Amino acid sequence: MKMHRFEEIWLIFAVVIIVGSMVITGYQAFALGMGPPSGKEVIDPQKVDETAPFDNPGVFEVGDKEYEVVMTLQAFSFDPGEIEIPAGSTVHFKMTSKDVVHGVQIVDTNVNAMVPPGHIQTITQKFDEPGEYLILCNEYCGTGHQLMSATVTVK
Amino acid sequence: MGLAKAETTEKQEIGAYPIADKSKKLYMSFMYVTFGSLLIGGLMGLLQTLVRSGKITLPWGIGYYQILTVHGVILALVMTTFFIIGFQFTLMEKSVGMSDKQRKLGWLSFWVMLIGTIIAATIVLLGKASVLYTFYAPLKGHPLFYIGLALVIIGSWIAAFVNWHQVAVWKKKHPGEKTPLPAFMVTINMIMWFIASLGVAVAVLVQFIPWSLGYASTINVLLSRTLFWYFGHPLVYFWLLPAYMTWYVIIPKIIGGKIFSDALARMSFVLLLFFSIPVGFHHQLTEPGIHPTWKFIQVALTMMVVIPTLMTAFSMFATFEITGRKKGATGMFGWLKKLPWKDVRFLAPFIGMVGFIPGGAGGIINASHQLNTVVHNTIWVTGHFHLTVAFVVILTFFGVTYWLVPHLTGRKLTPQLNKLGIIQSIVWSTGMLIMSTSMHIQGLKGGPRRSEFSEYGGTAQAQEWIGYQLAQAVGGTILFIAILLMIYIFVKMAFFAPKGETAYPLAQEEPDADPTPAWFDNWKMWVGITVALILFAYSIPVFDLLQNSPPGSPPFAWPIGNQ
Repeated sequence: MKMHRFEEIWLIFAVVIIVGSMVITGYQAFALGMGPPSGKEVIDPQKVDETAPFDNPGVFEVGDKEYEVVMTLQAFSFDPGEIEIPAGSTVHFKMTSKDVVHGVQIVDTNVNAMVPPGHIQTITQKFDEPGEYLILCNEYCGTGHQLMSATVTVK
Repeated sequence: MGLAKAETTEKQEIGAYPIADKSKKLYMSFMYVTFGSLLIGGLMGLLQTLVRSGKITLPWGIGYYQILTVHGVILALVMTTFFIIGFQFTLMEKSVGMSDKQRKLGWLSFWVMLIGTIIAATIVLLGKASVLYTFYAPLKGHPLFYIGLALVIIGSWIAAFVNWHQVAVWKKKHPGEKTPLPAFMVTINMIMWFIASLGVAVAVLVQFIPWSLGYASTINVLLSRTLFWYFGHPLVYFWLLPAYMTWYVIIPKIIGGKIFSDALARMSFVLLLFFSIPVGFHHQLTEPGIHPTWKFIQVALTMMVVIPTLMTAFSMFATFEITGRKKGATGMFGWLKKLPWKDVRFLAPFIGMVGFIPGGAGGIINASHQLNTVVHNTIWVTGHFHLTVAFVVILTFFGVTYWLVPHLTGRKLTPQLNKLGIIQSIVWSTGMLIMSTSMHIQGLKGGPRRSEFSEYGGTAQAQEWIGYQLAQAVGGTILFIAILLMIYIFVKMAFFAPKGETAYPLAQEEPDADPTPAWFDNWKMWVGITVALILFAYSIPVFDLLQNSPPGSPPFAWPIGNQ
């Protein structure tokens, strides 16, 4: 099977780009901890209300300008629905679903994660700029899907 | 007789067999369902963009997610599959022939798929399965929805078995000869489709149907999603490969050229087979319960698709340039002028090819591990697959329709219809460009996909999105006009155009082309490597997933408005 020389150059160029970008991506993901959210803990999806910490959802201060948000997602709301934190805070979200698959996305941040029932999803985000951030459900969860939202107010 | 012609060993004629009159009815049946689906699915798409503009609401209690489910199922699953299987049957009969028995089984595949479609579509239209075409558990649709989908897949398997049988019969009659290129490509596509759809078939038959009927109380959600995406990514290549077939073996003939390289065309199809299936995690990058290392490995395997894609791009433009120069073109880009721009059979697929440049680049972004976080489940993704499927693939399929339908009905593509086709291509492109671009931008600004019109409590961030949704409604309206034009052209070609002979344009190899290596016909090797790659990419993470599964989820019907 013969290849035109130009085609060889063209494909070598492509391979170099792929290898290069995978090296950079891998370095960012594994060395810098920038990989996508992959929570490993599980929970009985029918007993969320009775299982700590989800029996008491809310915003908890865990350090200097560091917060943990324990959040349940259910058709069609987030609990807690309003989060208030000072600017410069780092927030660790810990989330699970009480019914169907939901997705959590905080607009203008890199928070974007699936929250299927039975799994505990974790994601961390630092909020530097003051303002109101919209949290919305970005996985179809039923007829009221478009109404499922919450807010983070950064002061 | 076609058989005698095909006995050449070194330089075989591609497409030596005529399509029997008896077959034409079968293939047209696939086309009727295709274009019927286009009309229904397209109407749903128009309504969605209008609802999302915030200017209209649906009458008679019709739900937004109900029409969204119809749109996805009818266009992504039904229209594409019917067109592809019908078109591939014609490629097979032209290149390796078809027996009466095979034709009967072809009819069986058609009817099983059609009955499945009617069952699923009826249930969705009754509002009993507004679960979208991905039907993620634990949202529960009516059991008949899943049964209907299973029938569509089983029907498509019958077609796959017929295609493989066609090749096997031909090979027996032509020992030592290479499988004709179109038949080789169809075989690859159907191997991919069969291996991939086993995943969704297991999910539907073992998980969804017993669970929706109440025989199983819970379902393993993450397993069902993993099985779905094991199928979901090769599904998009299943749409794309028939477009590649058109580009490799049809377009060179239409522009008056030859196939650039038979061996490289085969190589790109083999690579697409390898790297189509062990990649589903790139749709599940933001999911819990899957180890990050395996996500990364599947991302790397996904990126391998760049190689056959760039090989294809090289072949296409090499064919264009070589053909142009043979026709006397001079200078660096003179050959561009020699392309048949006024022939819709060339123009429509060509526009599609160009669209694949930004479309493919967007796909790389989506699959790029952490970069995916920026666009995951935003309407950027919707913009991406409208650009790739509804633009690249569908324009190519339209390009095929302009000669395939008249060939099958014994009619002519008149100059007026050709001109109308060119207008259609331009209108379609304009509408899709407006809609897809505004979707991409809105997605980057955080706008979610699969959402009815919402002001999200009046927040400033969501206000910004509404302008883009208006643009999508404009694009959607233009697209619907293009659909009506296409339906008109189809009906004309099927029933009213003047009688005559229309050629089935299949390109041939150069007389002095290098022989294709015989190992390309080693199907055991291709299937073996494919299965090995799948086992490598999926064994450990799926074992891990099963070991660490949480208790399953009961069905939820109320969120979609059912009891």
